[in-house]
Amino acid sequence: MAQTRFQRFGNDLYSGKRTINFVGGRKVYLTISAVLMILCILVLVFKGVNWGIDFRGGTQFQVPNSATTNQSIALDAVRSVDANAVVQVTIVNGNGVRVTTDALPDAELKTVTDKLAAGYQVDSTTITSSLIGPSWGADISRQALTGLGVFLALAFVGMALYFRTWKMSISAIVTLFHDLLFTAGVYALVGFEVTPATVIGFLTILAYSLYDTVVVFDKIRENTREDQGGQKRIFGESVNLAVNQTLVRSINTAVVAALPVGGILFIGALVLGASTLQDISLSLFIGILIGTYSTIFVAAPLYSWMREGEPKIVKHDKRVLGLRAKAPLETDGAAAAR
Amino acid sequence: MAKTPTPTRQASRSLIWLAVLVAVLVAALGGGVLWGGASWMPKLGLDLQGGTEVILTPQLQTGQQITSNELAQAVTIIRNRVDASGVSEAQVSTQGSQNIVIDIPGPLDDATKQRIQASSKMEIRPVLLETAAAAEYVGADGKATPCPTPAGQPYAACPTPTSPLNSIPSTSPTNNSDLSYVTAALGNAYENFDCNSLAAGTTNVAPADKPLITCDDTLTQKYLLGPVEVDGTAITDASAQLGTSSQGVSTGAWVVSVTLNDAGATKFNAMSTRLYGYYAASSTDPRAQFAFVLDGKVLEAPAMIGQITGNTSQITGNFTQSSAQTLANQLKFGALPVSFKVQTSATISATLGSQQLLSGLIAGAIGLLLVFIYTLIQYRVLGFVTIASLIISAALTWEAISLLSWQIDYRLSLAGVTGLIVAIGFTADSFIVYFERIRDELRDGRPLSSAVEAGWKRAQRTIYAAKTTNLLAAIVLYFLAVGNVQGFAFTLGLTTIIDIIIVILFTHPMLQLAARTSFFADGHPLSGLDPEGLGALYRGAGQFRPAPTVPVAKTASSAREAARRQTIAERKAAQAHQTDSNDGGDD
Repeated sequence: MAQTRFQRFGNDLYSGKRTINFVGGRKVYLTISAVLMILCILVLVFKGVNWGIDFRGGTQFQVPNSATTNQSIALDAVRSVDANAVVQVTIVNGNGVRVTTDALPDAELKTVTDKLAAGYQVDSTTITSSLIGPSWGADISRQALTGLGVFLALAFVGMALYFRTWKMSISAIVTLFHDLLFTAGVYALVGFEVTPATVIGFLTILAYSLYDTVVVFDKIRENTREDQGGQKRIFGESVNLAVNQTLVRSINTAVVAALPVGGILFIGALVLGASTLQDISLSLFIGILIGTYSTIFVAAPLYSWMREGEPKIVKHDKRVLGLRAKAPLETDGAAAAR
Repeated sequence: MAKTPTPTRQASRSLIWLAVLVAVLVAALGGGVLWGGASWMPKLGLDLQGGTEVILTPQLQTGQQITSNELAQAVTIIRNRVDASGVSEAQVSTQGSQNIVIDIPGPLDDATKQRIQASSKMEIRPVLLETAAAAEYVGADGKATPCPTPAGQPYAACPTPTSPLNSIPSTSPTNNSDLSYVTAALGNAYENFDCNSLAAGTTNVAPADKPLITCDDTLTQKYLLGPVEVDGTAITDASAQLGTSSQGVSTGAWVVSVTLNDAGATKFNAMSTRLYGYYAASSTDPRAQFAFVLDGKVLEAPAMIGQITGNTSQITGNFTQSSAQTLANQLKFGALPVSFKVQTSATISATLGSQQLLSGLIAGAIGLLLVFIYTLIQYRVLGFVTIASLIISAALTWEAISLLSWQIDYRLSLAGVTGLIVAIGFTADSFIVYFERIRDELRDGRPLSSAVEAGWKRAQRTIYAAKTTNLLAAIVLYFLAVGNVQGFAFTLGLTTIIDIIIVILFTHPMLQLAARTSFFADGHPLSGLDPEGLGALYRGAGQFRPAPTVPVAKTASSAREAARRQTIAERKAAQAHQTDSNDGGDD
């Protein structure tokens, strides 16, 4: 059976017959990423993030003994004063309705109370409204950030020990922030509300980004070892070859990870319209794609760039290039990384 | 390296271990379902299943206000208490300017209710007077029976006199143990105080700078306590431990060790000097005691049998392990700035309908189906190994989650469900890394059985390195974060561990076995592992070589001179289409 096109692509990437020059094109790729990052920061600063009720607190209406528990009445009542409001409707004890939404000014409070009273057929005086505090308060955020800080520090040390170079740790963590910033930027741009589920989505992206980088870096570690053919390639070529050799893996993994999430995002959106599931799957979908992209186009080129200035590597590269000049027929697969 | 029959034996051993693991989990869960109230279904979180809303309102004296700072502090403490039993991801927030709302998934169980309701304000007060509770002072008929005038006590006896008693201390008290606090009115009130009046969970508060009449929590001892010496919020830690003698040898008796913050310790140590003075004078003087007062009831009133100098002190007594632990928990978690009472408790519905979960799951399932199709296109028959691995890992995850739902009240929230869906990607990646490594080995010309072993050796390293970062994230966040983030960490850790188990105990053994079948070993085009399709060239005698135009990626390590010579030799060899130019690499 003949090779399929994708198979041949994989074979050629492995053998070096075909090479995509990720490391060589790093000026372009890193510039694109830097510009994207600046744009994301600008969006975050000027447009801001739409923090949800769980983070900011809001207004809560209690409708006791209502005639019906139809949730859309509450939705309509709140949306009549603020079309974009996020509304959580909960049935209390089977016959009461609890409506939670963003903090409302007094005038709107009155309007919503009257509409709720009419809709649920209760006297408007029995409806109480109160301000509620954030359920995801500053203390939760603080503890989560402490945890993240400790994790990143440990991951930094762990990777530096495993890969025997702290420059891989730096590249991996820079890439991680690249992914988070990009996803946050898109999120802010779309204007979706940030819920606790969104934050969990971000943490998942964080885990995915780092995971993906470690897999590719492990191949780089292998290829740049002298006894693994590293003495025939200049450093950049070794790094580039590793990225090429793991490219099929990267594509397959990204597709497999993104398909179920994409299923929720696209199929779910068709069936249900926008909902919490769509919010979180959007952040995850973007995160998985950017996580895969950044490992290839940011982490590896950045790492190569950071190390190429090292005297040892410069010496090694010179030697390899010298050898190559003496033997012009050598057609190293990972050539032309510059 | 396939020289011994070990791979097959290894493979069957691994598969047996996996079967044992699955069987043990099923048996544990099955046993739980039959006898322990477990369920085959995982429990769902607040957003998916609904639960109970509990509104707590502070117990304040008239005119007292709760500050937003105190409220925030109370929210943190109550969240810790609610989460103490596991990772149910309860939500705790404030309502209005003084209430606390707790949303707990599922019905409110008694243990959690106790923990919240025993919600409590802790104070440390010195003891002024102590007597056995004497219910006979006030009879069931409401008539006060005559009571003896306690000899040597500075107050008039009961029953309640007709003329008002002096309620202002005749001399200004010099310290919180000063008996001049005990005015005639107070003494009379103390003498008439019925411990049973505390039984109904009524409030029993007194301002911090005034004495408090109360009883212990079993309502058998009655106390008159001086003003508050140290507020309970100063307690930073309390734990039950086995006491040690001054030589450091364990005494075998349980003690409760209490740690205070610096400000609290300063006050406490000053009190200890005074109280130890009374103890040294007379070991039976009630004033040698101080009381831990929880919600107006005395939890424990130990005597000061030594002077405390550091931040940590130990309470000894006739503790059992469990009574010591209970006291330690009460001291640690009871330190609310103000005490709270359950105002209302009501069932609440899910914020996200089950409709939404279902649609999400269906959409996810369609996505998963696409994953299966993609895997089959990419890896042909080998894709079935991936699919089987994913199905087994899903089954294992389901069992583990159900088991944890039962044991530690783990609950699947929407975020948890999406976490599990993303975990499909993480899990599948282990197989993809592994398969690609095998293909690389095949491309280098190895026969399948040795390619599987060599590929595994290399893939293993990568998989462990990558999974370790995930596990690290899970462990750190689980221990340092709270609420949803903790739940996330738990799910991530769980799925990572299951990934590793599956790839070691299922995927690798399956490939070891598959490599023995002629379908895979002969490189059937549909196997996904045919060397021809992978670009390795058939060379006869069952060996494969890379295409001659392809330079060899790996060479044995050697000295620089050697490397140079070898490189040239290889180049010539390649040009001449010779077949024995190098050994194809080694690990």
